[in-house]
Amino acid sequence: MIAVRDVYFTYPSNVEALKGVSLTFRSGDFVAIMGQNGAGKTTLVKHFNGLLKPTKGAVIVDGIDTREESIAKLSRKVGFVFQNPDNQLFCETVEDEVAFALRNFGFEKKAIQKRVEWAINLLGLTRYRQSSPFMLSGGERKRVALASVLAWDPDVVILDEPTIGQDYEQKEKLRQFIVQLNAQGKTVIIVTHDVEFVAECNPRVVLMAQGKIVGEGVGKQILTNRKLVAEASIVPPQISQIFMGLTGFGLPTDVIDVYEARDILLDFLERSS
Amino acid sequence: MSVFEGFRFRKVFSRVHELDPRVKFFYVCAVFVIAVMFNQLLPLILLFFIQLPFVLVAGVEREWIRSMKGASFLAIMIFLFNFVFTYFYTEYPTFPPSSSLLEYSLAMTLRFLVLVESFSIFFLTTSPDRLGLALEQSHVPYEFCFAFTTAVRFVPVLAEEAQTIMDAQKARGLELERGNFIKRIKNYIPILIPLIVSAIRRSLELAEAMESRAWGATDKRTNLYVLKIKRGDYILAMISICMLILAVYIWIFLRDQIPPLIPLITT
Repeated sequence: MIAVRDVYFTYPSNVEALKGVSLTFRSGDFVAIMGQNGAGKTTLVKHFNGLLKPTKGAVIVDGIDTREESIAKLSRKVGFVFQNPDNQLFCETVEDEVAFALRNFGFEKKAIQKRVEWAINLLGLTRYRQSSPFMLSGGERKRVALASVLAWDPDVVILDEPTIGQDYEQKEKLRQFIVQLNAQGKTVIIVTHDVEFVAECNPRVVLMAQGKIVGEGVGKQILTNRKLVAEASIVPPQISQIFMGLTGFGLPTDVIDVYEARDILLDFLERSS
Repeated sequence: MSVFEGFRFRKVFSRVHELDPRVKFFYVCAVFVIAVMFNQLLPLILLFFIQLPFVLVAGVEREWIRSMKGASFLAIMIFLFNFVFTYFYTEYPTFPPSSSLLEYSLAMTLRFLVLVESFSIFFLTTSPDRLGLALEQSHVPYEFCFAFTTAVRFVPVLAEEAQTIMDAQKARGLELERGNFIKRIKNYIPILIPLIVSAIRRSLELAEAMESRAWGATDKRTNLYVLKIKRGDYILAMISICMLILAVYIWIFLRDQIPPLIPLITT
């Protein structure tokens, strides 16, 4: 689906943001790209819909080199939800906002109506369809931004820092929503440093530090690997921190799921009593 | 956004950076006046090259070249407009256009480049803080100084934000380069609205932050750093004055004797 081949990228200001990154995403993958600020996460995902073109190496989306295709064409396949919804909202109503991209992609009027309806319902925005996006709360604005991307039904959905500024309930809803999207066969890529959120979603994890990939694998292995986690300057999820402190009792250290942890602890207590 | 790059200050230190902003501004004004006084090619070329040592001493070559590149489009426009319009206005049926016309157009272009050059040297080597300080010590009311420094400081921030907004809208299929002239202008609406909204939001936040840090609590502000005129500043001021006097002298007595360059080269 998306193949990243030894990509280097240097910004015009001569900052080398990516230094030889290679990765493959298959259709239906669910991947979290993690790492500290300035590790090159956002720079990397901006290559997937052609917003940035590699200085060296190549990014292949569905067999097409991103350097040979327009951003608009690539975006049709790869939807990108930006971190800050205020960077894209400009229409008078939520409905128009969601329809904006559909018009750009040249959908027919009837199809636009149907898709807008669908996307607005999907994200629970029916009440606000005639409101101005600027009057909505932060969480709602974020959902409008998400709806405006999902409306054209891209095969790949990239979410840049989806959890920032969201309360617990919104986060939980978002998690269910992402899992559901993935279950429907969409490739979902999230960029985040919210370890707890990743631990709950349990996707494949790609760790980045200083423009390179330092670790890749299932969340369980990556997020509980102290060395890797320290290299990427993130903290393991709280659950695995507890288990790391309990190694003396012969408990496993690669636990990130709360329910799994509960089962292991109950089992352990039963055995020891 | 590349034009703004030239006006973006980076924290580096050199002899030029340490010069007093007031003196540097006087120098820029002197260059400005001289550039406007002459419309012959030779003095403008001299003026262009006289300033290069500043760029080298300050070590801002790359940023400077970038801002000159940014100005090149406008420079080409200025050249074409001058050349084409003056040609049709003065020489029209005769062909080819005379070398003096070419020289005049080149001089006008170079005048623009000299101005961009001197202003970008000034902004590249003067931090917004020192600039504000200079204004304050020149008895400009503090409200104006603050507004000015804030504006200068937020130009790169806004430029960066505009870039992000452009990316966000391009990711939603917006093609800025598509359509006829009017459509192309309309294409920028999805970029301008979020930009303006966020600028207003930012200014409200800034106002609140200022209030909570006791903005305007006392009439007479004091500063941690105070600008003092040093030896280097006197030298630059002297250089500027000498340049001005020389320029005025040439302008009054030798104006008609400045040789045109193109005949000199071609013969």
